Amino acid sequence: MEHIRLPKVENVKLLDRISHRRRRVGTLYLTATHTIFVESEAGVRNETWVLHSLVCSVDKLAATPSGCPLLIHCKNFQVLHFIISKEQECHDIHLSLQRLSHYDELYCFSYKPNVDEKERRQEWDFLDLKADYSRMGLPSSLWKLSPVNQHYKVSDTYPADLFVPESATPPVIVGSSKFRSRGRFPALSCAQGESHTAAICRSSQPLSGFSARCLEDEQMLEAILRSNPCSDFMYVVDTRPKLNAIANRAAGKGYENEDNYSNIKFQFVGIENIHVMRNSQQKMLEVCELRSPSMSDFLEGLESSGWLKHIKAVLDAGIFIAKAVAEEGVSVLIHCSDGWDRTSQVCSVACVLLDPYYRTLRGFMVLIEKDWVSFGHKFSHRCKHVVGDPKEVSPIIDQLLECVWQLMEQFPCAFEFNERFLITIHNHFYSCQFGNFIGNNQRERIELRVHERTHSLWSYLWANRTDYTNPLYRPNHSQTQGLLRASTSPYSFKFWKGLYNRFDHGMHPRQSVEDYLRAIQEETQQLEEQLSSHTQVGQGYADLPQA
Amino acid sequence: MEFAEHIKTANVEDVVLRQPLQPPSRGTLCITGHHLLFSDREESDSRQVLLLLRNIDAIEKRMSGSSGTITMKCKDLRVLQLDIPGMEQCLNIAHSIETLSCLDCVSAMYPFFYRPVDLSLPEQWGLSSPEMHYSQMKELYEKWRLSTVNRDYSVCPSYPPAVIVPKSIDDDTLKKAAKFRQGGRFPVLCYYHKKNGMVIMRSSQPLLGANRKRCKEDELLLQAVIEGSDKGYIIDTRSMQQAQQARMTGGGFESKSFYDRWKRFHRQMERGKALQESLIKLVEACGDESNNMDRWLSKLENSKWLSHVQNALSTAGLLVECVERDGHSVLVHGSEGTDCSLLISTLAQLIMDPCCRTMEGFLGLLEREWIQARHPFQQRCAHSAYSHARLQQESPVFLLLLDCVWQLWRQFPLALGFSEALLLRLATEVYASDYGTFLCNSDQERCALEVKERTHCLFRALLRPTERDYYSNPLYERTELAIWPSVHPQSLQLWKGYFLRWTQQVRHLEEAQEEIRNMVIEWGKLARS
Repeated sequence: MEHIRLPKVENVKLLDRISHRRRRVGTLYLTATHTIFVESEAGVRNETWVLHSLVCSVDKLAATPSGCPLLIHCKNFQVLHFIISKEQECHDIHLSLQRLSHYDELYCFSYKPNVDEKERRQEWDFLDLKADYSRMGLPSSLWKLSPVNQHYKVSDTYPADLFVPESATPPVIVGSSKFRSRGRFPALSCAQGESHTAAICRSSQPLSGFSARCLEDEQMLEAILRSNPCSDFMYVVDTRPKLNAIANRAAGKGYENEDNYSNIKFQFVGIENIHVMRNSQQKMLEVCELRSPSMSDFLEGLESSGWLKHIKAVLDAGIFIAKAVAEEGVSVLIHCSDGWDRTSQVCSVACVLLDPYYRTLRGFMVLIEKDWVSFGHKFSHRCKHVVGDPKEVSPIIDQLLECVWQLMEQFPCAFEFNERFLITIHNHFYSCQFGNFIGNNQRERIELRVHERTHSLWSYLWANRTDYTNPLYRPNHSQTQGLLRASTSPYSFKFWKGLYNRFDHGMHPRQSVEDYLRAIQEETQQLEEQLSSHTQVGQGYADLPQA
Repeated sequence: MEFAEHIKTANVEDVVLRQPLQPPSRGTLCITGHHLLFSDREESDSRQVLLLLRNIDAIEKRMSGSSGTITMKCKDLRVLQLDIPGMEQCLNIAHSIETLSCLDCVSAMYPFFYRPVDLSLPEQWGLSSPEMHYSQMKELYEKWRLSTVNRDYSVCPSYPPAVIVPKSIDDDTLKKAAKFRQGGRFPVLCYYHKKNGMVIMRSSQPLLGANRKRCKEDELLLQAVIEGSDKGYIIDTRSMQQAQQARMTGGGFESKSFYDRWKRFHRQMERGKALQESLIKLVEACGDESNNMDRWLSKLENSKWLSHVQNALSTAGLLVECVERDGHSVLVHGSEGTDCSLLISTLAQLIMDPCCRTMEGFLGLLEREWIQARHPFQQRCAHSAYSHARLQQESPVFLLLLDCVWQLWRQFPLALGFSEALLLRLATEVYASDYGTFLCNSDQERCALEVKERTHCLFRALLRPTERDYYSNPLYERTELAIWPSVHPQSLQLWKGYFLRWTQQVRHLEEAQEEIRNMVIEWGKLARS
């Protein structure tokens, strides 16, 4: 590899982020894909591996008497603080890492686990969105699969297969799409099946400016309303703060005027934009990195970062929509500006609250595949897979995972998966090890031939599902049935140290209830099997035909 | 004491009771000398609510037309509301509650009247005694003795009749040393670390005063503690500045020149009024309904409760570090030695000693450190967070201990033999109880009122088989190792089970605990079969 100026440095110190007294001494290796630190002291061989594609920044600090510090920040919130004794070596490592983490080719295209081509293909068949739609009872007499976006002609950031109201004709759809940012016309996100006809739809903002109207767009919304025979109105939820939406009007965009659309109730829910969220997370991470902060430092920092306030806003919006659908039986159209950030968050949170299926392992994968991958959340930009505009980076998908985690903390028996599952998914949103989150939308992934050239995270997670299962999950528990009645009182929200301080082992509980329960669960199963085989044997004798 | 004179209206029909997590119910209200009894009118599933009047911290009454509403805020943080028809009846009821909920006379309190059918008096009161404790610790015999110098409470009114002291120190020396310590609380042994023979001693501050008095006997006593070792540590739970200021009022700290083999640490811990105010602010924050995240976080921070939790655990950590890692004996004191000293010595023992982590062990520890070594419960727990009464001696030190133990349980969910439910039960009982355990301010007072003869003991009741099952930790696995807590702000949490006890959310968490218990029971059954 031409980028590696120095493949190996000995006598490197790795400092513990939270207690500087603890430091490990070892050897640092650079490979084409990883930075590896091997602890040379102690009898045990302790290794730390860091994927280059997870590296977010590499900083060389001013040299100190003990050596030259090199600070590596990763997208999975790992922070490595090395001290390299010789400045020249530190310089070489710094330069090499800067190049290695600004990769020409994404890791997924070179990641080759020991799997043959047939199995690799099968990985991509593991999740099938069509199957999820038919689980929802689609197509139905109310919703149909529309071919209008084949070859991405109407909206290049939308998926090819979309469900629309039965009564929406192609001219109405196309007309509506011309009146929406990036052509992202209202389409179905989630339906509730035969008995509940209320549905969740999503789109981008209308190009209404101060007074523009579009007949087809109005007809499109009416078609959505008509696809819910149980209600005579629908909600249109703009997830932005009102001020931002008004500002958009000056640019010829904006929001629906209740006077022009028949029977809609329009509502702002006030979730901040990607820039606010990026800054907020940055501030929160600075608080996480404080060295031995006091309780007050921490709580003040957490408050001023605003992070939990934003999480609460997303969850509040999700609850509003879930209740509209489940309790009022009213359909909802959700949008923000482009309809790929806040809209995806809110759709997903509402789905998790509404439908127990999305609280299962497979269901949650389907949800991400549907609301995020397929509907064109810009993973490549938001997760900074490639170097680009830093203003496009934003932890929108982190917030989805955190909302789900907050719900898991409130309802310990309602989710089939555990925290580790969320953290692993988080890691791979950023790692580029699997092809799932490459590119910004379906069209780009097809151009990159992701399905032919890479592996899928979902089948990997499924194969290892025992690691990701919550032993307290009870599909028939009262917590698990129907709408999840979450609390959004401020005291219900906690700081997620499992993610943001994931690598600071000293902060985490020293004993795991989950591991213990998993062990006895396995043992209980074995014992039950033994017991039933014993009784079967016993019965077998009893059933022997009389000679 | 005649309760009847405080009860003008004993029964009211057609009262509506509103309580958290349940629909309002209509029924009959009855006031007795110690209880408020509400029975549901519904024949089918008649429900009763029996509330100790002592549990009521504050009441508010609101009249409208011919009826009135009484809001009762309880010391267990529950808020109940009664809608009572008839203005006079309502005022009478309110007056009875106000008077009867804060009677000062200890011997009129409910524990003296509580006579459950399945128990009879007198029973053995308490789990152990200093004598029994000493006799069970054979490893102490060589260097330590049980002194009965305080047998008539004359040397130290707040100590039990028997205490453990270095063998080489005679009772006369103890008497003189006691005169040099506030309230006569001379240094006594509270914990012996079997792994290395080091000890934790407890006392009050030395009475140096402005002209730096010294006391040879006190110096001798401490010298004897570290005999055979190069040094000892003193953890003073006040800041250096506070300790210096204490000299102006006759107190002080052990100076380097007279206690040259003792190294002193100062760790300022909040106590008294400040701690009570912290609790009041936290409870207020938990009841805030503005639904505003910034406001919540700033109120949580402003209450400083979690800072006190952090501080208590880290000071206890320092104590453990001295004894377990550094291998030296430690003397702990603040000023009176009846609050923070007990808090950190208790926590340190839980962290170090697996014997203190079983249910019996933990209750025994509480009995030794808080009942026998005297925490003034009567004064500290007269009121809780809702009371409008002027604060006097109230301070939730014991509640802070329970919160810290809960944090330990969160971080080491398998290491403690008891569950969160036990901590919650203790947090309730310490403020209002059927039992005599938390009555009075000292052993001496308890003897004078015959508490041990005339009331039942909570700790013994908690160890009866059914209760023990309920309060045990199903995941408990004994570990011999010290359980070092992490005191990073990220590792400490608000104790929702207590502070948000009456919310739906906590029910979900309780259901999860139930599932855990069921899983373990199921597994246990199969494993046995």
